[in-house]
Amino acid sequence: MEFKVPTMAELMAAGEEPEILFWVGCAGSYDERAQKITRDICKILHHVGIKYAVLGTEESCTGDPAKRAGNEFLFQMQAMANIEVLNAYNVKKIVTGCPHCFNTIKNEYPGLGGAYEVIHHTQLIQDLINEGKLKAEGGESFKGKKITYHDPCYLGRGNGIYEAPRKALEVLDAQLVEMKRCKSNGLCCGAGGAQMFKEPEKGNKDINVERIDEALEIGPQVIAAGCPFCMTMLSDGVKLKDKEQEVKVLDIAEITARANGL
Amino acid sequence: MVAQIIFLVLTLAAIALFTVNLRKIIRNIRLGKPVNRQDQPQKRLLTMLRVAFGQSKMVVRPIPAFLHFFVYIGFVIINIEVLEIMIDGLFGTHRIFNGLGGLYNFLIGSFEILAFTVWVSCAIFLVRRNILKIKRFSGVEMKSWPKSDANYILITEILLMSAFLFMNAADAKLQVMGASHYVTAGAFPVSQYLMNILPASESALIMIERSCWWFHIIGILAFLNYLPYSKHFHILFAFPNTYFSNLEPKGEFTNMASVTNEVKAMLDPSFIPAETEAGKFGAKDVTDLSWVNLMNAYTCTECGRCTSVCPANITGKLLSPRKIMMDTRDRITEVGQNIDKHGAEHQDGKSLLDDYISREEIWACTSCNACVEACPVNIDPLQIIMELRRFAVMEESQAPGSINAMLGNIENNQAPWKYSPADRFNWAQES
Repeated sequence: MEFKVPTMAELMAAGEEPEILFWVGCAGSYDERAQKITRDICKILHHVGIKYAVLGTEESCTGDPAKRAGNEFLFQMQAMANIEVLNAYNVKKIVTGCPHCFNTIKNEYPGLGGAYEVIHHTQLIQDLINEGKLKAEGGESFKGKKITYHDPCYLGRGNGIYEAPRKALEVLDAQLVEMKRCKSNGLCCGAGGAQMFKEPEKGNKDINVERIDEALEIGPQVIAAGCPFCMTMLSDGVKLKDKEQEVKVLDIAEITARANGL
Repeated sequence: MVAQIIFLVLTLAAIALFTVNLRKIIRNIRLGKPVNRQDQPQKRLLTMLRVAFGQSKMVVRPIPAFLHFFVYIGFVIINIEVLEIMIDGLFGTHRIFNGLGGLYNFLIGSFEILAFTVWVSCAIFLVRRNILKIKRFSGVEMKSWPKSDANYILITEILLMSAFLFMNAADAKLQVMGASHYVTAGAFPVSQYLMNILPASESALIMIERSCWWFHIIGILAFLNYLPYSKHFHILFAFPNTYFSNLEPKGEFTNMASVTNEVKAMLDPSFIPAETEAGKFGAKDVTDLSWVNLMNAYTCTECGRCTSVCPANITGKLLSPRKIMMDTRDRITEVGQNIDKHGAEHQDGKSLLDDYISREEIWACTSCNACVEACPVNIDPLQIIMELRRFAVMEESQAPGSINAMLGNIENNQAPWKYSPADRFNWAQES
């Protein structure tokens, strides 16, 4: 990257505190596709000049997949260890690159001693747009392009956030088209509830294929996502349908970074 | 006088029987584990008013919402008429409220129009269920009794409304003929059209009017006692069920306090838990679930909105959130019957998990909350699925192999995949 991503440890050593902690998440850290999104979120943060930091190697799984799989022990072990790190750094505000991390830290950590202001990166982008710090200029033009947004369950139904990601897309002057099942009626990509880590049960179709069929029906050029797991499922679906040339699956952060030439 | 005594006995017997069954259901619900749903009374009241009284979650599907609204409003308002029937039955009076004059005419006229709309709506519902074969009303769990249950309810309502309208038609005709006892009262915007098909003789008309009157009131009392056995129980339980529903974000799952104690003790040996509650983690049987889960089960009217939006069910998997609720009710009913027959200590060796709900079902869930969102009375099938998973994983260590691998990775590498924690920050090195 063209700039150095600051860590909490470095800032603390310099006697400083960031305005916001960027919680990258496991997918954002290790998954090649999601790593690109992580870097784009950093580019946006860097571009607007927010004082931020990441935990780097001190970050650890939030415990979300363990909790959804039914292993509350492992979840709480992870949660308490993370809370100890976050509290030690006196973290006040967190932005996450993943709706699952977002939901877990925001809703399930407070009861275990970790109370922070938590936002998802699409909310950060919306705020930056509202504050006039982010526009859609100097980069790739999405003007007139047909874009459809897939609601991640843990952002949408799970936490009622439907507008922020759509606001982030509205500035593009693109043609936003909704799928039949959207917002509170949105169809899951098939990865939630620890499904990401197992083969699906016997059925007649994969959930991500059902979703991609629905998305392709409206003939979009871009399917916008806000979750690394949705990203995997939707990309796989597009690949399976042999539509990789015509349809791009992009995270809102990637779209924002591209539109601003970051 | 004899009629009044028969009426009194029937009414008291019906109310007594209903009370016995209702108390059994409340006792069964109380077999569930405690959960605090007494907080934020104002928000709870508003939720109940909006979702149950206001039917706010029905509007998503306009056609059934429209028809259901007529049946709902008809049910609520026509019950004012039942009050008059009760008083007339007990005191041998006839149309006791006729003193209200113009208001009475307005009321009876409204009841007639509502009775007609209820009749038509129920008829359309029957067509939807049995002729149009709407997918939502089928499915593995909708065979035999649940299928008949719906039809019985609709047919009963049609019969009750027919009796009400024919009673009024005969009454109106008797009023015109100036028959004694039949005071001129009421307006008959619907039943006036039925007058012509009734016989002209006064005795036959009285016979019809009385038969319909008795059929209507006995039908209502019988229907009341059918409720505790039926999916139709939602007409009562929709209200407490929405009042006590979850007010937190849907994505938030409960943190198990029993686990918190153990984890704290593990991390800090000097920690002494305030109160250790013994018992298992998660749920194997219905009595391991919370009382709200059990109330949810009694409230479910098997409409299938949950199942029709479930991504697992849509793609042909075995999981159906409606079946989760129906299984829970069937099992808690069975547990209750065991208590009645054999006492509270009796164990029948069966459980909700495996005997009713299979592992394949609980592992097909994506926890997407679509079922919870879709339920018009705020039932939460996801919570039951999660409690069953918790039992399978924490008490039995029985999870699909790949799930165990994922859990092992989190334990060892602090990530669900097999990557080294030392490599977690490598993404910043590339461009």
